[in-house]
Amino acid sequence: MIASDDLLRPFEERIRAAAAARQPLRIRGGGSKDFYGGRLEGELLDVSALSGITHCEPTELVISARTGTPVAELEQELATHNQMLAFEPPRFCGRATLGGAVASGLCGPRRAYCGAVRDFVLGIEMIDGRGERLRFGGKVIKNVAGFDVSRLMAGSLGTLGLLTEVTLKTVPRARAECTLRFEMDQPAALESMARWASRPLPISATVWHEDILSVRLSGAESAVRGAQQNLGGEVVPAAEAYWQDVREQRLEFFVAARELWRVSLPAHSPALPGTGPMLMEWGGSLRWLPGPQDDRALRALAIRLGGHATLYRTPVRPPQGPFQPLPAAMLSVHRRLKAVFDPGGILNRGRLHPDL
Amino acid sequence: MRAAGSARGARVSLRVVNKVIERLRRALPGKAVLSSAEELKPYECDALTLYRQTPLAVALPANEAEVVAVLRTCKEAGVPVIARGAGTGLSGGATPRADAVLMSLARLNRIIGIDPLARTARVQPGVRNLAISEAAAPHGLYYAPDPSSQIACTIGGNVAENSGGVHCLKYGLTVHNLLALRVVTIEGEVLEIGSAAPDSPGYDLLALLTGSEGLLGVVTEVTVRLIPKPRCARVVLAAFDDLVKAGAAVADIIAAGIIPAGLEMMDRPTIAAVEPFVHAGYPLDAEAILLCESDGAPEEVEEEILRIEAVMRDAGATECRISRDESERLRFWAGRKAAFPAMGALSPDYYCMDGSIPRKRLAAVLQAIRQMETRYGLRCTNVFHAGDGNLHPLILFDCNIPDEVARAEAFGSEILELCVREGGSITGEHGVGIEKINQMCVQFGARELEAFHAVKRAFDEHGLLNPGKAVPTLHRCAELGRLHVRGGKVPHPELPRF
Repeated sequence: MIASDDLLRPFEERIRAAAAARQPLRIRGGGSKDFYGGRLEGELLDVSALSGITHCEPTELVISARTGTPVAELEQELATHNQMLAFEPPRFCGRATLGGAVASGLCGPRRAYCGAVRDFVLGIEMIDGRGERLRFGGKVIKNVAGFDVSRLMAGSLGTLGLLTEVTLKTVPRARAECTLRFEMDQPAALESMARWASRPLPISATVWHEDILSVRLSGAESAVRGAQQNLGGEVVPAAEAYWQDVREQRLEFFVAARELWRVSLPAHSPALPGTGPMLMEWGGSLRWLPGPQDDRALRALAIRLGGHATLYRTPVRPPQGPFQPLPAAMLSVHRRLKAVFDPGGILNRGRLHPDL
Repeated sequence: MRAAGSARGARVSLRVVNKVIERLRRALPGKAVLSSAEELKPYECDALTLYRQTPLAVALPANEAEVVAVLRTCKEAGVPVIARGAGTGLSGGATPRADAVLMSLARLNRIIGIDPLARTARVQPGVRNLAISEAAAPHGLYYAPDPSSQIACTIGGNVAENSGGVHCLKYGLTVHNLLALRVVTIEGEVLEIGSAAPDSPGYDLLALLTGSEGLLGVVTEVTVRLIPKPRCARVVLAAFDDLVKAGAAVADIIAAGIIPAGLEMMDRPTIAAVEPFVHAGYPLDAEAILLCESDGAPEEVEEEILRIEAVMRDAGATECRISRDESERLRFWAGRKAAFPAMGALSPDYYCMDGSIPRKRLAAVLQAIRQMETRYGLRCTNVFHAGDGNLHPLILFDCNIPDEVARAEAFGSEILELCVREGGSITGEHGVGIEKINQMCVQFGARELEAFHAVKRAFDEHGLLNPGKAVPTLHRCAELGRLHVRGGKVPHPELPRF
């Protein structure tokens, strides 16, 4: 394996030169999520050369890899130790990289039951907007020394630095899995999911679409068997492919939508009036809506319910960006944090927020 | 007692003191400002009692508006503020300074609401950790992080320290169980961070604020995630005649794909100290015992307990006992819970350390600590969260014997530095505070420390919130000869360092 210094030097130099020239840079791993976030601005900074698993300790539940490593490769390695990434990041045809998974913060079906990307980030190495290499966090599960900059990077869309290596906490694969299907309308599905969630059941994913609620159970054999008897419903054989399609957004619902809204809400939120067909995940806390939507009305509704709405995918990116606008006090904290790590404002400008 | 360096604060003139107290009195209702020596006495330290300092004054706001008023007053006067919860912190995060107002959040102690459907609790920062679980219990829910001080410690302090507990291997730290915060900045502005939705637009400030030790803002409201109470819990008590075997057993459990609800280790001196207290029936001839808990549905626990027992036996356990009922389970745990108080019988003083290491290094580090005992001439017992690799060596000493304090501190520092060398951290769950501020120079390089200072300035330009804690100045590290310099280059060499 190439020594870290040799591998990283060109990236440090490139960022230093860009900072001096005030040249914006656009960080890209596998390019699987080019569609996501605000505008793509600047010269391409391709990270795919930063590849490879650097540290894998199954008994520590820890894996470290360079950020250009495909998520699929990481998962393949973990599978040999009977472990996995709990947050099930989309792999998008194998192109998604570890860096992109962390920077985007996007998670798959298990997120509502096991935690998000940021919950599993233990440490990072990055190059900031001045070309300085920094390390935060570490390779142990418990570490509260210093501000938690590692988790701050999750979902920051590359606006605070170029991630070069990430250490994640892994989890054992469930020993048993079973998928149940129920026919019910949306209010009944919401009610059922809330009721089940308040009981200790081994639910690991839920999807509701067109009056069908699919529930995945994962855990010890006895726990899965017990819950299955308890919940009823129809057992779906060989459901693994279905959950992969949900995770990779390959279901017809996702493929057919030219424009797609992602609405994130408290779990027990009611059905959204007047928004048309939809797909729910995460116990009802994630709602996918095909566009076009009345964006102002949808955002106002999301705020009223205690959540937010994102124009997740669209043929034409709006100038104000796809995310819910930040309140003034929050925006000013964001600006100051951006200035800490990228004072020249050259990294992924406009990707998270039009002004950052 | 050794001075706490810059954390102690500068001497302030009586005129300034009186002016600040007068302004605070105007901003807060009667009796919410304490200033006489007698009133200030109870606030002179937190649970790190090695460090004591009388604060300039104590403010006791009762609501968010009063917190805002205190912060604005201090900001205008240019006086530092230190937020304090129950004062149970072990790293001196709430140690006062002579030139700073200590703001106790104890009066913000209301449970605002429990939402059983959303499985959330909205509480004020002065609510005790255990009180949240008690309030959620009628709905079959609880708040998972359970630091050993949970009867007394407050959720605001838990957020500031990112507290852990016995169950965090399976259920996570504070950061994994928070949904939202209301935070007041030093400017007196209220930030709403996070929400009950799974994510929020913008940067993950919830993660950044959690564990920030009161340096970035003051929490006035916390929304936590509640989870369903497991229907059943049982514990395996496994005895080992060798520390190395016990350490290896911990790694074997994880390698077998088991995530126990708790996995704790006690060494021989600890067992000997607690057994007369609790009569748990611990094997007194064991070098170490492991307590490994499984929780969940009864049939699931049954299955997992058998697997745990098999792994322990394969790892060389000399004895395995499985709790037969709830009272036996509680008895097995009683010794673990009584470990710290029991040390009081062994020694007039003890110093509780908190470092984390990769699990596979447990045995090696424990053996190294044994050797240090001889070198420092002090005893050290070990009872800790083995499943997380989170050590809590207890160094026994006597304050009244000259130089024992200094030796205990040096012993502790060496343990923490060993943790860093082994790939771990100087603090797993207690925070840095003033206690470990010097070891921060060992764990982080100069650039990272500069970044922490810059993050601090992004929230608190003039450094008024809990100054001198958690992040050392580069000056301090350089004086200690511990400034990490990478590639021979100090960042920003133009700045004076000495």
